[in-house]
Amino acid sequence: MKKHPRTGVYICECGHNIGGVVDVKKVTEYAKTLPPVVVARYNKYTCSELGQSSIAKDIRDHKLERVVVASCSPSLHEHIFQKVLEGSGLNPYLFEMVNIREQCSWVHHNEPEKATEKAKDLVRAAVMRATLLEPLEKPTKSVEKSALVIGGGIGGISAALYLANNGVKTYLVEKEPSIGGHMAMLDKTFPTLDCSLCILSPRMVEVRQNPNIELLANSDVVEISGSVGDFRVKIKKRPRFVDPDKCVACGACSAKCPTKVKDDFNFGFSERKAIYIPFPQAVPNCYLIDKNNCLYLNKGVCRICEKTCERKAIDFNQKEEVIELKAGAIVVATGFDLFDASEKKQYGYKCYPNVISNLDFERLINASGPTDGKLKRPSDGKSPQSVAFIQCVGSRDKNTASYCSRVCCMITVKQALLIKEKYPETEVFVYYTDMRTPGKNFEEFYEKARSKGVVFIRGKPGEITESAESRLRILAEDIDSGILLDNEIDLVVLAAGLRPPKELRDLAQKLHASLSPDGFLAEAHPKLHPTETNIDGVFLAGCVQFPKDIPDTVATAGNAAAGVLNLLNKDRIEAESITAWVDIKKCSGCGSCILVCPYDAISLDEDGKAVVDEIVCKGCGSCVATCLSGAIQQRHYTDKQLISQLKALLKDGKV
Amino acid sequence: MEKFEPRIVGFLCRWCSYAGADNAGVSRMEYPPNLRVIKVMCSSRINPTIILKAFNEGADGVLIAGCHPGDCHYVKGNYFTRRRIALVKKLLEYVGIEPKRLRIEWVSASEGNKFAALVKEMTNELRELGPIKNG
Repeated sequence: MKKHPRTGVYICECGHNIGGVVDVKKVTEYAKTLPPVVVARYNKYTCSELGQSSIAKDIRDHKLERVVVASCSPSLHEHIFQKVLEGSGLNPYLFEMVNIREQCSWVHHNEPEKATEKAKDLVRAAVMRATLLEPLEKPTKSVEKSALVIGGGIGGISAALYLANNGVKTYLVEKEPSIGGHMAMLDKTFPTLDCSLCILSPRMVEVRQNPNIELLANSDVVEISGSVGDFRVKIKKRPRFVDPDKCVACGACSAKCPTKVKDDFNFGFSERKAIYIPFPQAVPNCYLIDKNNCLYLNKGVCRICEKTCERKAIDFNQKEEVIELKAGAIVVATGFDLFDASEKKQYGYKCYPNVISNLDFERLINASGPTDGKLKRPSDGKSPQSVAFIQCVGSRDKNTASYCSRVCCMITVKQALLIKEKYPETEVFVYYTDMRTPGKNFEEFYEKARSKGVVFIRGKPGEITESAESRLRILAEDIDSGILLDNEIDLVVLAAGLRPPKELRDLAQKLHASLSPDGFLAEAHPKLHPTETNIDGVFLAGCVQFPKDIPDTVATAGNAAAGVLNLLNKDRIEAESITAWVDIKKCSGCGSCILVCPYDAISLDEDGKAVVDEIVCKGCGSCVATCLSGAIQQRHYTDKQLISQLKALLKDGKV
Repeated sequence: MEKFEPRIVGFLCRWCSYAGADNAGVSRMEYPPNLRVIKVMCSSRINPTIILKAFNEGADGVLIAGCHPGDCHYVKGNYFTRRRIALVKKLLEYVGIEPKRLRIEWVSASEGNKFAALVKEMTNELRELGPIKNG
């Protein structure tokens, strides 16, 4: 290998992002003094067409053998510059990127001279590392032509249908006994006032009828291994104790079941039996037995449902099953959890019966809900003469979540209008921080509520107390007029915000995907790759990324599905090039590397020497650090490359 | 006399900590310019030789940062790192280098604030500690 391969260095100003702090001219002049460097330039935007073509031209004119670009984080544009090398006949691994924006100019903007010194050190280290880089081959692997969608709300349903309608075998996993998610609980949707279930339920039926979709309801993802193109997933399917092939959802079993429990689909405002179907339009349209409350499963007596079912669909012998499947790509659409409003103790949720959440309200105003759509106070079943909504419960609040949940203002406007539609005489007050109504026809919808007499008060109540007849006293300052308001109200609805699902952390760990600081799943790029994650082949749809309304959820589901199709339409995809290899002359055959490999990619051959299966190897380098003989090296991160970079960083370096 | 400014080398894993450092930049947080970063695929790639080499070549401090336990992109790499670094710290003590010059930290991709605070803290500690004494 040549000691000084011909190297080109490009320093990016990134407008003022870098150039406003780091003296790029100085860094460029400095780069020219480094022995391997034959050309060094700075430009306004190295990633632009102009910047890229100047690199390509230099590769030709100066017969460059290495390219170093100092600009933003490699996670943003490394692949763009690698393509320039490839297009100019250079191996893309002969490229090194220096991060002088995210890790230099943006964090040292008050110390421009020191930032410039740091940039020089980093460029020197990259040039020295680059001299030792080696061309790598990109192995390819085949792609499993199936997809897994996790979460069966409107996001997961939409994604699964897009995929299945494009011929992709799709597994749809839902933890609840039926798909439908939160949308199945809603009465109407804003701002069109479509009946929620009327537009959702045909999509749910499509899922059931689509031969490309395998629906796994009442199931959880327990293990995910493999990587893009060949994920291997284990799903735990909980028993329903009812055979879905035999059950016709006639309901005879439920009618005879002696055990009544609170109906969680209606948040305890009604009761259901121990054998039940969550709601009439459920998919799969099959009853199930609640094993925590079934008399037979707990006390060994009863079995009335079994005797009642004419189709012999009841099967108490059903056991939990673990299903193993393969998928080329995964869409995560696990939605959100509603903020638990009882955390805001001052509002008395779950303490005063007539303080309810916005999702409770959906069930109480819903024609198929526990009150047949008649708005009744939970305490006495009377029709409320006055209703107050309180906004931003759990959102825009330093004590809970600082972000705006985006949909609660519009949900409240809709719910206020639904009250005014059914009960024009009922007084409706909305206590708000700011009304946020950006969206097609949203502002008009808000205006409509005002014109119907809904009173909007800017002011956040400090506390709610209960007075006689379970009425609620709300004290709040009307900020616009400065007047202290003291109102007695029959029913209070808390506009609870949206939180990341509590199981998301665990799922993200299984996927090795990153979360954002707010606890939602992080997207690969907030603008350009909003439905991709940091893990190739893992996509996201809907509220799992951040609170969204239904149209935005459906739109992201389409975008995620397009990403999956883009991947599955390829016959072969690139596999990891940064893998480990063994120098068998040095290998002592001790097997330490085998013990640390998380993928079982290493074994001993017939001569007792370690050998790496490079398609299985993911390139972490654990084995390299473990090998006592120095016999294993990691491509692109060899000891020599790392040490040359380290030495160059510390040599002559000033802080 | 000029104030002592420590030189710190940080080995950051590509998936969590390097992205966390990027996050500090995107959020425009400030931290001292004493750290120089080397990106690796996983913190478990760093063998003791490289750490000793860093001190030998003039580093006043070495930071190894990876994904939180349980979050490793490669399933269990950071557990090996944790054990290995504990041993290297003992070795450092034996050769007369203060073990706190070597730090192991878990920084996720969203913890830009943690990363910035960590670099500040480590830099200040090393400023107080001064250069490595030749013994």
